[in-house]
Amino acid sequence: MAAEDPADASRFSLSRRQLLLGGAAAGLGAAAGIGVGDIVQGRAGSGVSQMIPGRPTPTAATGALESGVGLVGARTVDFHGLHQAGVAVVPQAHSVFLAWDLRPEIDRDGLVRMMGILTDDARRLTQGTAALADSEPEMAGLPARMTVTFGFGAELVRRGAGESAVPSWLGPLPAFGIDRLDEAWCGGDLLVEVAADDPTTVAHGVRMMAKDLRSFAVQRWRQDGFRQAAGARPEGASMRNLFGQVDGTVNLVPGTADFDSLAYAAEGWLAGGSSFVLRRIRMDLDKWDKLDRSGREQSVGRTLSNGAPLTGSAEQDEPDFTATTAVGFPVIPEFSHMRRARSEDRSQRILRRGYNYEQLTDGAVESGLLFGSYQADVTAQFVPLQRRLDELDLLNEWTTPVGSAVFAIPPGCGDDGFVGETLLG
Amino acid sequence: MCDSTIPVAQAVRVTSHARLTIRTVAAVSLAAGLLAGASGCATDSSTGLPAPSSTSASATTAASQVTVSGTWFKAAKKADMSAGFAVIRNDGTQPVVIVSAASAVSDMMQLHETVADDSGTMTMRKKEGGFEIPAGGELTLEPGGNHVMFMGLNQDVAAGSDVPLTLTFSDGSSVDLSLVAKDYTGANEQYDDSAGEASGDASAGAEMDMGGDQ
Ligand code: HEM
Ligand SMILES: [Cu+2]
Repeated sequence: MAAEDPADASRFSLSRRQLLLGGAAAGLGAAAGIGVGDIVQGRAGSGVSQMIPGRPTPTAATGALESGVGLVGARTVDFHGLHQAGVAVVPQAHSVFLAWDLRPEIDRDGLVRMMGILTDDARRLTQGTAALADSEPEMAGLPARMTVTFGFGAELVRRGAGESAVPSWLGPLPAFGIDRLDEAWCGGDLLVEVAADDPTTVAHGVRMMAKDLRSFAVQRWRQDGFRQAAGARPEGASMRNLFGQVDGTVNLVPGTADFDSLAYAAEGWLAGGSSFVLRRIRMDLDKWDKLDRSGREQSVGRTLSNGAPLTGSAEQDEPDFTATTAVGFPVIPEFSHMRRARSEDRSQRILRRGYNYEQLTDGAVESGLLFGSYQADVTAQFVPLQRRLDELDLLNEWTTPVGSAVFAIPPGCGDDGFVGETLLG
Repeated sequence: MCDSTIPVAQAVRVTSHARLTIRTVAAVSLAAGLLAGASGCATDSSTGLPAPSSTSASATTAASQVTVSGTWFKAAKKADMSAGFAVIRNDGTQPVVIVSAASAVSDMMQLHETVADDSGTMTMRKKEGGFEIPAGGELTLEPGGNHVMFMGLNQDVAAGSDVPLTLTFSDGSSVDLSLVAKDYTGANEQYDDSAGEASGDASAGAEMDMGGDQ
């Protein structure tokens, strides 16, 4: 297995050549005299190998590619590695979360077959190649940094390897006072997240996954999220959520020791994997409209203009929680979201990957945040944070959790393995 | 199907990755070599396979000069018809001809082409003379085109299963492949066996029903 670390910064600063050919394939491609046009465009229609020794290199195609090198659609994220690529990748502009319930007859053998197919689809689609049996192969041609991330619910783990393999935290979260959960947005045996910088690419990936899941599972829910468009802002910049807040400032940073120990699990079949919590949090924009600007800024403790702490001037400035106003109140209020979400216990940190959502429900638009969070251990990291926010957080006035699901995120796999092999293999 | 060839088929399966074509060549060469050594298999009359010639491991056999990728199979139930698909490239300097197919999951196999009949309906039928792949050429076996026909499955083949397939060339050499089964609702061409010499097991005009219905 290639123990390549997707968190490695080099993955995100690919040279043009790596971008086009990808790692080891670059050497082979060069040796075989392959036109880059063939590689990136693929011969998706036939599902054929993209590397065809001896294929003539059409200069015109290569030229077209040269000029298209910066295109968002051509970019790929390696599929293989110790971790699933979707955990640490700079969040793509679009993401669809699909939860599935296994059909009753699907046993361990069925799970192996299922994950074999899904992995094969993902490994092809993320590299811009049609999946096998893809009826719209041309739609695979723009990978747009696609990642496909798989998560397992408790029932899948149980069927795959028995009760003893189920992590203690895998199941519904403890009930919180702020929760107004709708079962329709909760739970699931299997999570498939398809994310990319192009919504058409995402749609095709979702369709392929759904077709290949038909005989294994029934769709339970689907949640679509969006962030700023790819290229609209520098990559990795914090997004704006639908309250207009800069969201994502303080977060675990891929490539750091903190990230490796807090975002990834270290033991058992989950070593190199993680856990994922998806909270669907409704945001009451009408009520938010009634709040003045300073009230809005105090609810989080950061400015709306650039997300700087109320005690600083730039987004990344450290907040000063001891600073007080002329009349002696803390500049960053005790009840502010930032203050409440920051535990003194530094092990209680999580990797947040939020997506905005909007959905027409009963003739009214529901807006909110698909609050996604990765952590090594849900009970040790996520739950205490959510508990603190449940007890006190001014932001709760305008936000309501309506969905909640927890999944175990298996580690990544090598180029002839499959995601889930450490559980099912 | 001879058990001793199965590990080789697994090796070939790996090559369905787009990026590993070079390795595919090696794996298929290996497959040809091992097959030649597996004499018990080569003489097994139940497979209907011609025995590979004693020189099949040399670089001159048809099997040793092809690269196979994108192998898959339409998942189906026992007694249904189904089909296998792949892309087969001839990297050699001589044309190669695939003359027969064999698989443990179907007792009768045919090489099919798809053509429009007089009424314009797409119909599949036996490809006379097999599939020829010119030197440097590529054969795409795909729904609605040329394919390997499994005339009647002797077992259910669920999505995600690996289906063994042996393709034999006119020089007697052969490649063992592993096809991954996928739910697929296309490939519903009518089957016309009036022109072929197939035995009567498969009824004329049968439709290949591959629906993924539950
Ligand atoms: C709709 C619901 C939510 C909204 C609108 C929201 C918004 C924000 C904003 C604007 C920030 C400040 C900028 C930043 O560092 O990203 C922030 C920080 C944070 N939020 Fe939330 N958030 C929500 C829910 C949650 C939930 C459910 C949790 C965890 C259970 C959480 C945990 C955090 C953490 C850990 C921080 C960083 C705190 C620090 O500075 O150390 N948030 N959030
Ligand atoms: Cu046919």
